[in-house]
Amino acid sequence: MIHTSVASLKGVTHRYGKTCALGNVTLEVPAGCMAGLIGPDGVGKSTLLALLAGVRRLQSGDVQVLGGDIRDRGHLRVCNQRIAYMPQGLGRNLYPTLTVTENLDFFGRLFAQSQAERRARIADLLQATGLDPFPDRPAGKLSGGMKQKLSLCSALIHDPDLLILDEPTTGVDPLSRQQFWDLIDRIRAQRPEMSVIVATAYMEEAERFDWLAAMSDGKVIATGAPNEILEQTDQPTLEKAFIAMLPESARRGHRDVVVPPRQAGDGPPAIQAKALTRRFGDFVAVDSVNFEIERGEIFGFLGSNGCGKTTTMKMLTGLLPASEGEALLFGETLDARDMRTRKRVGYMSQSFSLYSELTVRQNLDLHAELYQLPVTERAGRVAEMMQTFELAHVADVRPDALPLGIRQRLQLAVAMIHAPEVLILDEPTSGVDPVARDAFWRHLIALSRNDGVTIFISTHFMNEAQRCDRISLMHAGRVLTVGAPDDITASKNSDSLNDAFVRYLEDAVEDTAGPIQAPASEAPAKAERHDQRRSGGALARMWAFARRETMEILRDPLRLTFAFLGPVILMLTFGYGISFDVTDLPYAVLDQDQSIESRALLEAFSGSRYFEEHDPATSAIDLESRLRDGEIAIAIEIPPDFGKSLLRGDVPEVRAAVDAAMPFRAETTRGYLLGLAQSYMSDQLERTYGQAINTSAVNVETRFRYNQSFKSVVAMVPSVIMLMLVLIPSMMAAMGVVREKETGSIANFRSTPVTRAEFLIGKQLPYVVIAMLSFATLMIVAYGVFGVPVKGSGLALLVGTFLYVFATTGFGVLISTFTKTQVAATFAAAIIAIIPAVNFSGLLVPVSSLSGSGRMIGLSFPSGWYQQISVGTFTKGLGFAELWQNHLALAGFAVFFIAVAILALSKQET
Amino acid sequence: MMLWLSNIYRLGLKELRSLRADPVLLFLIAYVFSFAVYAVATGAKLEVINASVAYVDLDHSELSGRIVGAILPPEFDTPQEISLGDVDEVMNNGEYVFVLSFPPRFEADVIAGLQPSLQLNVDATAMVQAGNGAVFLQEIIAAEVTKFVSGDDTSSDLPIDLIVTAQFNPNLQSTWFSSVMQVINNVTILSVLLTGAALIREREHGTIEHLLVMPVTPSEIMLAKIWANGLAIIIAAVLSLWLVVQGILGVPIAGSITLFVTGAVLYLVSVTGLGILLATFTTSMPQFGLLALPVLVIMNLLSGSTTPMESIPDWLQAIMQISPSTHFVAFSQAILYRGAGLETVWFDMVVMAALSAVFFVIALLRFRQTMAA
Repeated sequence: MIHTSVASLKGVTHRYGKTCALGNVTLEVPAGCMAGLIGPDGVGKSTLLALLAGVRRLQSGDVQVLGGDIRDRGHLRVCNQRIAYMPQGLGRNLYPTLTVTENLDFFGRLFAQSQAERRARIADLLQATGLDPFPDRPAGKLSGGMKQKLSLCSALIHDPDLLILDEPTTGVDPLSRQQFWDLIDRIRAQRPEMSVIVATAYMEEAERFDWLAAMSDGKVIATGAPNEILEQTDQPTLEKAFIAMLPESARRGHRDVVVPPRQAGDGPPAIQAKALTRRFGDFVAVDSVNFEIERGEIFGFLGSNGCGKTTTMKMLTGLLPASEGEALLFGETLDARDMRTRKRVGYMSQSFSLYSELTVRQNLDLHAELYQLPVTERAGRVAEMMQTFELAHVADVRPDALPLGIRQRLQLAVAMIHAPEVLILDEPTSGVDPVARDAFWRHLIALSRNDGVTIFISTHFMNEAQRCDRISLMHAGRVLTVGAPDDITASKNSDSLNDAFVRYLEDAVEDTAGPIQAPASEAPAKAERHDQRRSGGALARMWAFARRETMEILRDPLRLTFAFLGPVILMLTFGYGISFDVTDLPYAVLDQDQSIESRALLEAFSGSRYFEEHDPATSAIDLESRLRDGEIAIAIEIPPDFGKSLLRGDVPEVRAAVDAAMPFRAETTRGYLLGLAQSYMSDQLERTYGQAINTSAVNVETRFRYNQSFKSVVAMVPSVIMLMLVLIPSMMAAMGVVREKETGSIANFRSTPVTRAEFLIGKQLPYVVIAMLSFATLMIVAYGVFGVPVKGSGLALLVGTFLYVFATTGFGVLISTFTKTQVAATFAAAIIAIIPAVNFSGLLVPVSSLSGSGRMIGLSFPSGWYQQISVGTFTKGLGFAELWQNHLALAGFAVFFIAVAILALSKQET
Repeated sequence: MMLWLSNIYRLGLKELRSLRADPVLLFLIAYVFSFAVYAVATGAKLEVINASVAYVDLDHSELSGRIVGAILPPEFDTPQEISLGDVDEVMNNGEYVFVLSFPPRFEADVIAGLQPSLQLNVDATAMVQAGNGAVFLQEIIAAEVTKFVSGDDTSSDLPIDLIVTAQFNPNLQSTWFSSVMQVINNVTILSVLLTGAALIREREHGTIEHLLVMPVTPSEIMLAKIWANGLAIIIAAVLSLWLVVQGILGVPIAGSITLFVTGAVLYLVSVTGLGILLATFTTSMPQFGLLALPVLVIMNLLSGSTTPMESIPDWLQAIMQISPSTHFVAFSQAILYRGAGLETVWFDMVVMAALSAVFFVIALLRFRQTMAA
């Protein structure tokens, strides 16, 4: 008997562009029980759960959860505290490089739990889920079942009142699945007031729920207890009941899957594995596996996640070389390089691996072309595949927009396009609804029985395994048994294949994991759960993100190395390489006079360190072509009779053509030439009058301030620091948010009481620290290698740098809130930052000389302001008194960037 | 062989479709080849232009006035008078790069032949302007003083007349230089990032594995990425040269565009190959970004497109020979500015081709190796 409801929806409609995910849904979900959402993939189950959890923004209609309106911001915060949400996908909200304990610790911190509380809770949860033997294993190295258990632990760490699980057991082996539900049952027994809402694709699981809502095409088609639904439809199982409830249109073409008997084939087996072994380092993923698959046979491959199924399959396709043993295809040793073998095999990998940017038709076309189908047959074959696999109506849609079931059909169509003799399918039906799965299997059976295609398939569904001619059970890299499904069931005296499988697994697992128990004690300190919510919590949550981000960076040594080494290498190259000292200018002379006077003039050139003499030219054409070739930068032409007219006092002309392809160099060269002419003149006067005469009436004392020796490196070093501290930190920070979007862990931000500011600043802080450390290494290089000391206030430099890296990392964070992919974020950060930093911040051209748009761009980016601080403190000996305005501007940028990022990031997904 | 080419063609079409489906990348390509080129070419100039000058005049004579009046745009901003006490401040905060100080009795001392000293303070941290700007100012001062002393406008009694002409860019406009160099730099950045990212994206999405079970070889996958991304970039670059550089900025292009495009194709093959090579050393976008960035900055700044190649120390020049950008910059300068022909640039083209081959082979070996692991 159920009286109250934990959640209710009234007239909820949700659209993604043109696609309607939920159409006017009205539903009451009862409280204090296990409520299940069942229905095909893509009918809106996930959308509905996301709306209930408050992670997705409501578009229209009304949603009440835990007695409040989800639109109310205050209530949403309460919901974030009281609801736990586990998104779809194996361990999608976990952090793969963090260990089991670290993951849970992070979630505990998000709820501002004290250290003692966290420790106690983690110990309880790990024990309850049987994860206690592996507290230090990285989450990414757990098997699928263990990942889901860990995901559940992280959802339960704050004793939620409502637990929302989106297909938690999809892709998990039967034993783990059973353990998972037993665990949920025990937890519910201890906390009966907790409500659970689950979406699942496994109908047999749904039979144990208290209440069900069946969904089809964005609508709820039936609600009630499982036995009520069975009675209504008069069907023996939920799976059949569900199909019976479907509207006629969705059910069309559905009939029970019948497997006709197989005709024994002749010839060598299609696939043979002989003591096939694969090692990754010390880890033996596949341990001398043997089996033979007959031609035309459907061979099922069962086993828990991470037991080596995928690795075995990859070896059979030639994707992975075997460490030991061999794989034979049609009696021949598999040669990965042999293109003919590849044409005989079709492969479908576990995750969707087609091009999401190409439409369904384009994907099929591409594969038809790559498998070299004759041009005349291509269009026909593509059409045939679309017909067979019912893809014609979505031919011009991109796979992203399609439900999983259809995507899997597309993958199968692609794998079949070249009519291979062997199909290797790695969990092709994982996450696909029953109707679509049955349809999929009918295709497989037809292929096997009619066309004699050998099918090697891995699956977690027992009803699918039952349809195979033979199956093999695999565990921890070893094959436990091989045989016909019924024989295997009989061998363990079981009622069903599922039980037999669970028993085989239990026998094999016995020594590795102990019995699973419910939490030993009720999680402690329940009363203190709601107290430290706001003030102390904000810092704790921010720290949780900062700490986790730091751990993730530390686990990626390659990234860390690049982050520190990159700037140092760049500073070295800049310091040595970028120089505006123009020397060794190559020149050639066409001396048409060859007199003492002309040689005297030319001596002035050859004696200068600025010029480098090349062979004299033979003709004016020679001189010109050498200038054109870039061999020389200056062409000097001395006219005939130069000496004579000089002696006559006729002021002869000497021509010097300068290569002005690079204007800066040409300008400098011209200065040198004029200076040279000047000194030659004084020489001549001295010679004529016998004494040195200063020709100028004024003596210009030029003082090169801040850099007396006028060395490029002194000017370069502070600028390089400016450049490095914008490029690298902004790029690293830009990855921060976008990476979470891509991997899916952003769900943790959306479903927990973390605010936008806590999330973003928490993610920014580690990069600020990295940038400051990088600054320290650059200072060491500046002083140690280039001998450029800080002449002014070190404190002003330090404070300025700190504000600057806050601004630049804030800039990166801002970019990452706008971009969707890491590729786009990398591009945007690099390209947007590099132009103002290199061109408009005083690195090359002084800011005071910039004009128009350049000046505006320079002023609206932090680099130009920091350049003043960096150059000022390094070379000009300045301190706060002169530079405070720049500090102020940088602080402004820091606040501005992060504030805009916070405003731009939406707490709920839209 | 036909099959090989056909596969490369098919896979390349796929790359182009992927590119078309990514609005952010398309926008960035458009941005760097239009606005970015224009802004850099018109905004950041390496010649002495618009240089800021202040002066302290304790003399207020006719001569000091004449000298100040001779400091003219475009090289210099109109000089501003400041008081003696402000000199340090305006130089410290970078407001002025040059400060000229006329001492008291400056004119009188000149007339008396006492050779008074005129102090010129230069902010030597502004490397680009400091040296040349100081020379220019000295010339201006000398010319004005000479005119003042000799009392007429006729030129001095130099024994020779040195006529310096600037070839290929008579007015020494840096727009000519920086616009084209900016296009080249952007070609480098985009080629490396686009192809590298394309490879990493396939690996992250698992599609590369999918390709490898098909009758497709790694060399086909790589070459497809090279031609497709290269094509997109070269079209953007040629459009940019034509519309932005020639059209809007009015920069004349001296040599043969066909020859330039041929060289650009060679260059693209080498840098896209380099992009793939860098991608094989990394497993994720963050790593790739951090590795590519320093490589790109070095390739661009030390290629001769920013500072003269002769100014780089010999050992570093030698190292930079393995960067295709160095050769492409030399090649482009020869063709676009000096109107040079094949006889001049063939060597750079050969080197670019050789580097392309080297990058490609190493990338191919690494590609096979990393896929097996």
